[in-house]
Amino acid sequence: MLEVANLEVVYNDVILVLRGLSLTVPDGKIVALLGANGAGKTTTLRAISGLLDVHEGDITKGSIRFDGEDVTEAAASDIVRLGIKQVLEGRRIFAELTVDENLRTGAYTNKDKQSVTDSYERVMDLFPRLKERRKSVAGYMSGGEQQMLAIGRALMSNPKLLVLDEPSLGLAPLLVQQIRDIIVDINKQGTSVLLIEQNANMALSISDYGYIMETGKIVMDGEAKKLLGDEDVQEFYLGLHGEEGERKSFRDVKHYKRRKRWLS
Amino acid sequence: MLASLPLLLAQTAPVDPAVQASGGGLTRFLAMLVSGIALGAIYALLALGFVIIFKATQVVNFAHGAIAAVGAYLTAYFAVTLNFPGSLIGGPRWLQWSLSAVVAILMTAVVGLVLERLFIRPMIGEPLFSVAIITLGIDILVRTITDDFIGTGVRPVGDPWGAGIWNIGGIRIAQTQIVTVLVAAAAMVAVAAFFRSRTGVAMRATAFDQEAAMAQGIGVGRIFALSWGIGAALAAIAGIFASVFPRSPGVMATTTAFFAFRAFPAVILGGLDSVGGAVVGGFVIGIVEVAAGTYLSPYADVLGVGFQGIVPYLVMLLVLLIRPYGLFGTKEIRRV
Ligand SMILES: Nc1ncnc2c1ncn2[C@@H]1O[C@H](COP(=O)(O)OP(=O)(O)O)[C@@H](O)[C@H]1O
Ligand SMILES: [Mg+2]
Repeated sequence: MLEVANLEVVYNDVILVLRGLSLTVPDGKIVALLGANGAGKTTTLRAISGLLDVHEGDITKGSIRFDGEDVTEAAASDIVRLGIKQVLEGRRIFAELTVDENLRTGAYTNKDKQSVTDSYERVMDLFPRLKERRKSVAGYMSGGEQQMLAIGRALMSNPKLLVLDEPSLGLAPLLVQQIRDIIVDINKQGTSVLLIEQNANMALSISDYGYIMETGKIVMDGEAKKLLGDEDVQEFYLGLHGEEGERKSFRDVKHYKRRKRWLS
Repeated sequence: MLASLPLLLAQTAPVDPAVQASGGGLTRFLAMLVSGIALGAIYALLALGFVIIFKATQVVNFAHGAIAAVGAYLTAYFAVTLNFPGSLIGGPRWLQWSLSAVVAILMTAVVGLVLERLFIRPMIGEPLFSVAIITLGIDILVRTITDDFIGTGVRPVGDPWGAGIWNIGGIRIAQTQIVTVLVAAAAMVAVAAFFRSRTGVAMRATAFDQEAAMAQGIGVGRIFALSWGIGAALAAIAGIFASVFPRSPGVMATTTAFFAFRAFPAVILGGLDSVGGAVVGGFVIGIVEVAAGTYLSPYADVLGVGFQGIVPYLVMLLVLLIRPYGLFGTKEIRRV
C-alpha cells in the first residue's frame, strides 16, 4: 500500500508546486489521479519515484510510505527495488536500444534469472506486438508500440505498484482502448496501479477510486463510479456538458473549487 | 605561432624509421599503412575512452591525456622499477611485462574512479561548461603529480620488444606496432562485449536518458564511475603504446598528455557522441598522419619539423567545415 501524506514539493527552492497532497493506493486496486495541465500530477509521481533531484525539486513537508516503509527520501533505485515502478510521461523509451535491450534495462534491479524470464514471458503475452519486434531498434516503432514497450519495460522488475503518467497521451482512440484493457489485465494479475490521465473518463471507467487535484492539492476524491456520476465532476473535469464537449475555463474551475470548500 | 607548434610536437611525432627503411613504392606504402593503423589504434583507444565518458556523463574530459600518462608511468614503475609481479612469479619476459602493464592499467582505472568520485560527482547538475573547466584543473593536477613522480627525463616503460623490427618481404614493421594493433583490437572487442552485458546496456540507457534510466532502478552514480574507470583503462593502454618505439623512448607526463590531445581531432571527426565514430576517426587520423609524415618528409624544411603532428587538426578542421557534428555524430550534440 502506498500512502502519501501532506506532501509539499518545491522546485528550485522557491516554486511551491505541491501544497499538502495526500492520497492512498491500496493493494490490488487501480487509483486514478486526475487534474488539469500543470496541477502537479507529474510532480507527485516524481516525488513517489525519487526523481525530484533531476528536476531540482525537493520534498519540504510530508511523507511517502510504501508497505509501511518510509520512502520519502529514498533513492530512485531503492524505490524500484521495493516494488514501485513508474512509466514516465511521454514514454521515454531508450530509442537507440533494441526492444529486448529496453526490456533488459527494466529488469536491472531483478537479479533472479528465473524471475526475469517469467517477467519477460508475461510482457510477451501482454504485448504480442513486442514479440514480433524484439530485435528492432525501439526508436523506429510507432507511438503505440513505444507505449507498450514503456509499460512492458516497467513490468520487467515485477513491480507491486505500477505508476502510469498519461499513458494514452497522443494515441489514437483504438490504441487508448488497448492500453486501457492492458492496464486492467495487469491489475488482474495482482499489480496495483496509480493512473494519471487527462482522459478522465477512460481512467475512472477502470479505476476503483479517484482523486482530483488542482494547483497542488486534492480537491475531491471518492469511488470512481461516484466521480463518474457526479455532475460537477462531469461538467468541470470531464468536459461532457461544456459547449461542444469543451472543458470549462479555468475561472469556472476556480469557482467550483470554492463551492466545494463551502460544502465540505 | 604555427612555426613553434611543430617544434613542440616534433618529439612526439617522429617519422617512423621502419617505414622510411622500407624502400619505396608498394612496400613503403604497406609499411606506412601498418604504421598508420598502429598509430590510429592508439588514437582510437583514446577517443573511445573519451567518448564513453562523454556519452555516459556528458563531461568533456580534458584530463584524458594526463590519465594516459598515468597509465604509462605506472607501467614504467611496475615493470622497470619494481618488476612486479614478474620478480615473484618469473616466466618469459613478455609475460612478466604484460602482467605489470595489466596491473598498471587496472590501477589507472581506479584513478579514474577516484577522480570521478572526488571531483566530478559533486558537480552533477552544474553547467557542463563548469564541469569541463574542472577537468582542465584535474589535467594540471594529475600532470604535475605524475611529472613529479617521473622526475627529470624520460622513463622507459620497459617493453620487451624495444626497437625490434620484422621484415616481411621488404616491408619493415616495428614489432611494437603489431602488438599495439592486437592489444587495441582486443580492448575494442572487450568494450563491444561490455556494451551487450547487463551493466553495459544500463550504461547505454543512462547515456540516452538519465531520468528514464533512474526510473528503471539503474544507479546512475555507479554507471558514471564505471564509465570513468573504463575510459581511464583505455587511456592507460593508449598511453603505454604511445610511450614505446618508434613513437617515444618513454613516458614524460606533459609530453605524453600532449600527445594524447591529438586524439581529440579523432573524437571530433567521428562525432563527440559516437562510439563507433571514435574508433573510425582514430584510424583515419592515424593513417593520414603517418601518410603525411611519409610522403611529405622531403618537404620538411619548408613545412617545419614534425609538421605531421598538425595534420590531425587540419583533417579535423576540414571535416568540421563539411559536417559540423562529425562523421557519425548526432546533430543536437552541437548545442552542448
Ligand atoms: N523542473 C521544474 N522546475 C520548476 N517548475 C516546474 C518544474 N516541473 C514542473 N514545474 C511546474 O510545476 C507545476 C506542475 O507541473 P507538473 O507536475 O508537470 O503538472 P502536471 O503533470 O499535472 O501537468 C507546473 O506549474 C510546472 O510549470
Ligand atoms: Mg504531467
